[in-house]
Amino acid sequence: MKPFQYTRLSTQDLASGTTLRDSTILAGGTNLIDLMKYGVEKPDRLADIGKLPYAQIEESDEGLLLGALVTNADTAYHSAVKKTYPLLHKAILSAASAQLRNRATNGGNLLQRTRCYYFYDTAMPCNKREPGSGCAAINGFNRIHAILGTSASCIATHPSDMCVALAALEAEVHVLRKGATLVIPFDQLHRLPGDHPEKDHNLEPGDLITHIQLPTEGFSDHFEYLKIRDRESYAFALISVAACLKVSEGKIEDIRVALGGVAHKPWKLKKVEKEMIGKVASTDNFQFFAERLIQGAQSFGTNDFKILLVKRAIVRALNSALNPS
Amino acid sequence: MLNIGNKQTRVDGPQKVTGKATYTADIAAPFYHAYVLQSTIACGSITAIDTTAAEAFEGVKAIFTHLNLPERLKNKVDYTDPLAPPGKPFRPFYNNTILYNGQPIALVVAESFEQARYASKLIKVTYEEKKFKGSLAENLKNASADRAPEPAKNRGDFTKAFKNSDYTIIREYRQSRNYHNPMEPHATSVEYNSDGNIVVYDKIQGVASSLKYLKGVFGLGADSVRVKSDFVGGAFGSGLRPQYQLFMATLAALELKHNVQMVMTRAQMFSFGYRPEVIHTMKLGCSKDGTLTALSHKTVGETSTFEDFNETIVDWSGLLYKCDNVNLEYELTPVQSYTPLDMRAPGGVSGVYALECAIDELAHEAGIDPLEFRRKNYVDYDQNENKPFTSKELKACYARCEEVFNWNNRKSLAKTDPHLLLGYGMATGSWEALQQPASVALSMNEMGTFTIKCATADIGTGTYTVMSQIAADKLGVSLDKIKFKLGDTAFPDSPIEGGSWTVSSVGSAVAAICEKFQYRIFDVWKRNNPEYQAVAFEAISFQDAKLKYGSKTFAFTEIMQQASKDELSIAHSEAPADGQDTHSGYAHCCVMVEVTVDKELGIIKVPRLVNVSAAGKIINPKTAENQLLGSMIWGLGMALREEGMVDSRYGRVMNANFAEYHIAVNADIHDIHTEFVEEHDDKVNPLGAKGVGELGIVGLAAAISNAIFDATGKRLRKLPMLLDDVLEV
Ligand SMILES: Cc1cc2nc3c(=O)[nH]c(=O)nc-3n(C[C@H](O)[C@H](O)[C@H](O)COP(=O)(O)OP(=O)(O)OC[C@H]3O[C@@H](n4cnc5c(N)ncnc54)[C@H](O)[C@@H]3O)c2cc1C
Ligand code: SF4
Repeated sequence: MKPFQYTRLSTQDLASGTTLRDSTILAGGTNLIDLMKYGVEKPDRLADIGKLPYAQIEESDEGLLLGALVTNADTAYHSAVKKTYPLLHKAILSAASAQLRNRATNGGNLLQRTRCYYFYDTAMPCNKREPGSGCAAINGFNRIHAILGTSASCIATHPSDMCVALAALEAEVHVLRKGATLVIPFDQLHRLPGDHPEKDHNLEPGDLITHIQLPTEGFSDHFEYLKIRDRESYAFALISVAACLKVSEGKIEDIRVALGGVAHKPWKLKKVEKEMIGKVASTDNFQFFAERLIQGAQSFGTNDFKILLVKRAIVRALNSALNPS
Repeated sequence: MLNIGNKQTRVDGPQKVTGKATYTADIAAPFYHAYVLQSTIACGSITAIDTTAAEAFEGVKAIFTHLNLPERLKNKVDYTDPLAPPGKPFRPFYNNTILYNGQPIALVVAESFEQARYASKLIKVTYEEKKFKGSLAENLKNASADRAPEPAKNRGDFTKAFKNSDYTIIREYRQSRNYHNPMEPHATSVEYNSDGNIVVYDKIQGVASSLKYLKGVFGLGADSVRVKSDFVGGAFGSGLRPQYQLFMATLAALELKHNVQMVMTRAQMFSFGYRPEVIHTMKLGCSKDGTLTALSHKTVGETSTFEDFNETIVDWSGLLYKCDNVNLEYELTPVQSYTPLDMRAPGGVSGVYALECAIDELAHEAGIDPLEFRRKNYVDYDQNENKPFTSKELKACYARCEEVFNWNNRKSLAKTDPHLLLGYGMATGSWEALQQPASVALSMNEMGTFTIKCATADIGTGTYTVMSQIAADKLGVSLDKIKFKLGDTAFPDSPIEGGSWTVSSVGSAVAAICEKFQYRIFDVWKRNNPEYQAVAFEAISFQDAKLKYGSKTFAFTEIMQQASKDELSIAHSEAPADGQDTHSGYAHCCVMVEVTVDKELGIIKVPRLVNVSAAGKIINPKTAENQLLGSMIWGLGMALREEGMVDSRYGRVMNANFAEYHIAVNADIHDIHTEFVEEHDDKVNPLGAKGVGELGIVGLAAAISNAIFDATGKRLRKLPMLLDDVLEV
């Protein structure tokens, strides 16, 4: 990897605000260091945030506040997460391996980069890695690629499982920007590729994620995280569905569905969810919902199967949420 | 207690689990580290290569490319190794021609691995690209039987018999490319001594192969180079031929007169041999009662443009079932890639996959239970060679597997999940039982400890353990009195560890040398005890490190105090007995599997895997079971997971890492069971033992494919079988 300067940040450094702007943030390093070895990321300066005071989980009236530096494993096994947000518990534990989850942080999980084969290989054209170089995936291997919200310049997906659950739960992300805290609805953290696939998200250089705020409602009675992948563990999602329901007398009171593995960000459409309120919670209606949610889906060859599979997965996940076993 | 047949824990186990076992990359010496830069095109040539920035980078000691390869490595140099297929072996840095994507084009040697790796990224390469066809499918037109060895002889009249069959099938089966992924990546550590001699630690399945290559390429004399390999962290065929890191580390060490180490990265493990992609065409016919009447198996496999790599694939179809009308064809076609390489049960895995799927399809056409169909066409002699088998207890495997798996009641098992389809499948597996010549040396010290040396390898198979067990029993001493040493060209010759023949070859040599040493002890004992002059060898026995005669015992250590120094060491070479070519030796197995397929989501799971094997005398049931389990798990991986994704536009492997090249993981394996049936064999070799390193992977993919059909009614006819393949059932 390219030689770099390494600084371990302290709270005082943060106050000055200067260090971060021209540094790349290092948290657990499970994604960043990998990409540096491949020569995909070539930072001059690394700012290790490991000692900053964001390693707690705090309960309050507003819900649960997850520190950006809490590990994925500690988050998943936290008693309040298990009790109130079992969807998040399940999503996190479906990801990666025990070793990785012990090291990976919540902040890092949000900003991990795509697993597109061509993005990882510096010998290949890739607009995300090298703007303007082309997209090798569109006419190449795209089994793990998007079918929704794609652009002519990029069809990559965001690979996180945790984010799919957070999107469904409508969490908020707390960001420290120039000394002030900014609250970003989860939906607005990541972006679609458009003409700038090099940008995964809407943060600015120097922004530091400090916390993730979970709202009070955790849908612990009716939830499902369904992850479909190429092996039973230790594989990224081909498709994942985070489903939450509130039902009363067989009718849908609230519904939240976010999809992973299908777009550049967790895919969720509030408008389509709203249309479902008051309808009977039935397979037919779930099917209708699925059709609406993935309207306009487009596939690229080796990911053709996803259009059919994602519909079935949505229905399955909603039915499981409706009738927890 | 006898050691042979005992579930002996590995004698090197404690070293391995405490990190004391030194693998090639663990060799500690002040090394320079070498890192290879690989081509990013598949075909064409290098027009310019600028190493200025890389040379100036901190810690860099040297950079080698085709521009500065020492002249002496260019003329009349022999780049072959003992297992090189026909053709021209790859010659690193020989010229500016690019033969495949990922080809090593520059070697950076630096003080640290990180420096070397980063400096390699500073090298600027300009290419002139040529058009090429990067996949087997695109190159089918060029397939030719001339490049491939001739398969077993055709017999009977296939065309006529096929036409007259009551039931026939014509099917095509495809297997994708699989890459070796032993846990230990390939590595070479070269110690450069002040006298100019080198000691080379190599990841290899037989040190003699590395030595032959080094002598041929670098013109080294026998006494200026020694190759060692104490521990190998899995190889499965990837270490059968010396790989390019051996060339690289040795080149750098000789040129820089310094210790050099090169360890491949995981991604680089995808830059050499692999199990080739193949396409099989099967035509089978049977009569109403299920008698197999006609069989034709044609396979086209990929190879590189410079070597004709071949496997024994179609012959298996002429061997496994009784059939009088057989047609076998094998063709190769070159693709723009590196040469394929033997991988666990090479050829057998591929041929038997197609055969066992086709047999299942034919049984289904004829309406006969697949196990019954196989029993019906059982054969007890080798029809390809027209010879009897040394032994074949496959019938017993069928019977035992049927019982353990509960095959006959399989359909009555209740379905619990309404989303799941349940299916059952089976297959036969087989692998050669071969013996090769091997030499060993034995010496005894004053403490009564025996050291046995042989240049063989332990690639994780348990060679250290099994050889110690054999020697302990033959000598009548406890296991801790045996020190088995391997992996050193200073030791007596051994065949490469491959083909599952190590127990049979080296084990037979060990047994023989121990017997020879018994005579040595006997002779010394008689010489020093004239009163026993007339005692016959048969009248004595060896037990507890003592010679026993009647009620008297004599410790080996005491007897051998009288021996001359020369008498304490012996050497022995063992070769297969002359009569062995009158019989064919094979191990056999039956595998049965249960699968579930999610009706809507396509997710395929394998809740149950059972294998029952017949492999002669099992020297160590524990290491043998390890081998079976490991190969079955790999078989599952091959069936459902592994696919080298070669982007044919670039000729480049796009999933060269463990995140995206999916090998089976623990969570994929549920109930897995293996056992052995009794098989007495007094012909295969003096030990009566057949190797089991490869057997368990043969047939497994077919059994899973057959079970998926049973569950879904869909024949997938391709590997790997992925969830989208069954989505629309
Ligand atoms: C083999 C493998 C398999 C995996 N499988 C899965 C899977 O199945 N599902 C899944 O969801 N994930 C999976 N992961 C990804 C894993 O979850 C991420 O690597 C991990 O969450 C990243 O966290 P980190 O703390 O190590 O981040 P780092 O690698 O340290 O950082 C990642 C990125 O986030 C930025 N960053 C980190 N923290 C902050 C912050 N507080 N503020 C601003 N920016 C920040 C960094 O600058 C960097 O760009 C897998 C990873 C590997 C290596
Ligand atoms: S899909 Fe996006 S990340 Fe992948 S190659 Fe195309 S541009 Fe790059």
